[in-house]
Amino acid sequence: MVGRGLTTGRQAWLVRALSVLVLLLVWEVAGRLAASPLAPPASTVLATMARETASGALPHHVGITLARVAVSFLLAMGAGTALGLAMGWWRTVDLWLDSALLLLLNLPALVLIVLLYVWFGLTEAAAVTAVALNKLPTTAVMVREGVRALDGELLEMGRAFRFGRAATLRHIVLPQLQPYLFAATRSGLALIWKIVLVVELLGRSDGVGFQIQVYFQLFDVARILAYALAFILIVQVIEWVALQPLERRAARWKAS
Amino acid sequence: MTRLTVDIREKRLSGRPVLGGLAFSVDAGEVVAVVGPSGCGKSTLLRLAAGLDREVVGTVRWSGEGAGPRLGVVFQQPRLLPWRTVRQNLALAGADGAEGERLLERLGLAAKADVWAAQLSLGMARRLALARALAVDAQALLLDEPFASLDEGNQRLARAVLAEYLLRRPVPTLLVTHDLAEAVALAHRVLVLSPGPARLLFDQAVPSGVRADPTLAAATVAVLRDLAR
Repeated sequence: MVGRGLTTGRQAWLVRALSVLVLLLVWEVAGRLAASPLAPPASTVLATMARETASGALPHHVGITLARVAVSFLLAMGAGTALGLAMGWWRTVDLWLDSALLLLLNLPALVLIVLLYVWFGLTEAAAVTAVALNKLPTTAVMVREGVRALDGELLEMGRAFRFGRAATLRHIVLPQLQPYLFAATRSGLALIWKIVLVVELLGRSDGVGFQIQVYFQLFDVARILAYALAFILIVQVIEWVALQPLERRAARWKAS
Repeated sequence: MTRLTVDIREKRLSGRPVLGGLAFSVDAGEVVAVVGPSGCGKSTLLRLAAGLDREVVGTVRWSGEGAGPRLGVVFQQPRLLPWRTVRQNLALAGADGAEGERLLERLGLAAKADVWAAQLSLGMARRLALARALAVDAQALLLDEPFASLDEGNQRLARAVLAEYLLRRPVPTLLVTHDLAEAVALAHRVLVLSPGPARLLFDQAVPSGVRADPTLAAATVAVLRDLAR
């Protein structure tokens, strides 16, 4: 935070915490004023969350959704990174695959999901593949941009000193791609879990998306919000305990 | 024995000629300095010799077969891996561990061995680049302004380190520089290039007696400077 008067990290954290509290407070007051089961206050949603957690339903469904997110995320990042590397590196590969990538990039998620379910049935594999295919093109495009921005002088140095393919990738290419990979990871996590919910809603009988469909039919807004909130919290925790420390580690050479 | 033979008729970069007629060889144990005005194509010549660029009318050939000799290269910019430590930069380039440590010590970088290369000053980065070229058990050296942007003390130190190295391991060495005095002080032969597209103006041997004697060396530099004009 660069703003005047809020220069220390601790002050910044205090403001962040306060902003969350204010948000909760506004929600609580608005919910109580509305006095309708269709717009429950924060306390009701949190209590529902606690109840669903205690009954084991929420951990079960959140766990299943998380597993789907993890698998499709790894598939999309792995294949997308490989594709992006190849397209950035070899112009012929880029020319051959660019149109297909553009097609995939502009294909609505819903169409892809429906098609895969129609072709391969309402299966786990179809669900995970549909999600991965939605994320893959953006990863490929980001990594391709990263490859195009690679420092040619360092690559030449690697050739002169005979680094070999593996060492060039590991010590010259990947460190330069790190910002692009982190950006892809971040936007990927945010995007993937939202698509996973749609996939679950359309063709699975468990997971957060399935639960939301059930509670939609029952008009149970408190439960819908409880499940959504639980997932938002988990994604934020992943950001804090995995992504940010990894990013700091990757950037430690930049610190003075 | 490793030997470099250069016979370039023309070299173009994006359509523009940068090197004209240029023929010479660098024999085993020989240090050949290439001197010329900046932008005359000296670095292009070095890239050709390093095999980093092969598009040329003519030949640039190393004796022997296969992938060519193992090269120790100092580029015009240090070209270190900023995200690796000083020691890792040496190791990744294929440096012999003990020789690397010795060179770090000798070039005043021992205390920085575990520091990220990103945190080195330009002068230190240049010394590390030299250490890297000398530590890889090279069969030939290609040095592009290896002493540029070093302060006077470190320049003397780096030159001494290179001279010691060449005494122990007389490998063919191509030294690109814009400094005639440096060329005369270090090289057995000085090639003077014309402004770009560079042609070989003359190829002057520097007898060891001349190099050893500061007065003679200075006189040679003066004569060469006149001739180059």
